[in-house]
Amino acid sequence: MNITALLINFAYIISAGLFIFGLKMLSSPATARQGNLLSALGMLLAIVVTLFYSGLDYKWIVVGVFIGTVIGLVAAYKVQMTSMPEMVALFNGFGGIASLLLAWGEYHQHPELSVFIALVTFLSAFIGGITFSGSMVAFGKLAEKIPSKAIVFSGQHIVNGAILLTALASGVIFAMNPESSYAIFLVIVVVSLLFGVTSVIPIGGADMPVVISLLNSYSGLAACAAGFVISNNILIVAGALVGASGIILTKIMCKAMNRSLANVLFSGFGATTQAAGSGEQEGEIRPATAEDVYYILEAADSVAIVPGYGLAVAQAQHVTQELGELLEENGAEVSYAIHPVAGRMPGHMNVLLAEANVSYDQLVEMDDINPRMDTVDVCVVIGANDVVNPAALNDESSPIYGMPIIETHRAKTVIVLKRSMNPGFAGIQNALFFSPNTRMYFGDAKASIQALVAEFKSD
Amino acid sequence: MEPVFLTFVFVLTIFLGFELISKVPSTLHTPLMSGANAISGITLIGSLASLKTGNPTVAIILGTLAVTFATINVVGGYAVTNRMLEMFKKKDDGGAK
Repeated sequence: MNITALLINFAYIISAGLFIFGLKMLSSPATARQGNLLSALGMLLAIVVTLFYSGLDYKWIVVGVFIGTVIGLVAAYKVQMTSMPEMVALFNGFGGIASLLLAWGEYHQHPELSVFIALVTFLSAFIGGITFSGSMVAFGKLAEKIPSKAIVFSGQHIVNGAILLTALASGVIFAMNPESSYAIFLVIVVVSLLFGVTSVIPIGGADMPVVISLLNSYSGLAACAAGFVISNNILIVAGALVGASGIILTKIMCKAMNRSLANVLFSGFGATTQAAGSGEQEGEIRPATAEDVYYILEAADSVAIVPGYGLAVAQAQHVTQELGELLEENGAEVSYAIHPVAGRMPGHMNVLLAEANVSYDQLVEMDDINPRMDTVDVCVVIGANDVVNPAALNDESSPIYGMPIIETHRAKTVIVLKRSMNPGFAGIQNALFFSPNTRMYFGDAKASIQALVAEFKSD
Repeated sequence: MEPVFLTFVFVLTIFLGFELISKVPSTLHTPLMSGANAISGITLIGSLASLKTGNPTVAIILGTLAVTFATINVVGGYAVTNRMLEMFKKKDDGGAK
């Protein structure tokens, strides 16, 4: 190792330190922003010192970096906060494909690999490919470009198993004799892209928080494998950090749904359970008008707002904040109760409410609100369904039985804002809607809340 | 650098990652994920380092594409995370109501 390479590698150690501190600071609200900047600084340092390697083809580097920067910046600043999940999925997929391309380029130039390097080349291409096509499918589902419901067909597990087996077999053959296996490598690329599609397509929209965090983890592991390919420490360290953080988030999400990762990935939830959930319901629906809801809210001393994906779809975060403020002026204590898997990515609702300027201390987690639910006068459920379904607590036959929920049914009155009586994502009827203390307030969430705000203001 | 040494680094970093991010308030799940996502664009470093003069055309195409995609991941990832975190920050400045 010459002196330049040595200095570059020392700079990488500093970068790694900055990533570590950055991630640490990202886990506390007070320091999160500096944490992100610190991590960006680490990245910048790593990029700049890398340019000192001799013999780089600067022409193409400038082209790639320029195009990438423009696209990245435009996308990051143009995107609506409600579209954040698909944006994250898209960026994530790009990281994955970059790892695949890097491994491919390396292999193309130096096909004479040792078994170990051949193995990590395979892993980098394979995981990178899955990350890319899986993220693209997730993006399509989140942006509603393809149906967000779980898409299942008979023999799906067999097909997936066959694809995975093909990939692993190709990997082994490739690792044994990389020099004469260019065709096999191309098979690996195609199969990995295929596997990303077939493994994400059967996962339904509401399970997206899990998928997004898992794909995030994959992109880190792909970068890590790419690091092994080119013997680069910083890729390994940064990739492993991302891989670990993705796994932790995935675990948190699974726990919040009381389901195993395997169940999320393989059950085709929401497509297969439809029949089971459509049982008969007791009780009747009590629809309410804006005026009815206004009188209920006006008399309330404590109000808990429970947002769900419907809030994001209707872009209702700003009017919701306005309503919350009016309620506070009216003397009510307002809190926002957020389920960990509400929305389409981890922390989705928090981001939207933050965008609407909802005060940080008004956001309460499920475990904090549930014990004092009996004292809440009115729960306003906005576009949430499965996360407030009491069947999760008391109906053992329900597919979501065992999932922790926000126990809105224990509040004195529940107002449910909903577009129609269609069951939610999981296709499960919700007994909450038929309960005697529930009023259904039908309509587009944004328009409905605007009507309420108007009622308060005309008062 | 030997595989064993690199694997050593890998394993220790995984443990470090678990330790670092074990307790995160749910409010920060999205920024953390998106910030980590930006870091996963670290492949950019590798792509830059392997884009050398005299590479065969196919390798240049693959390398340039890798640099482009990884840059989108890095720049977009950090920018979007910063944008999100700015919203959280705004409220702190405004003080609790």
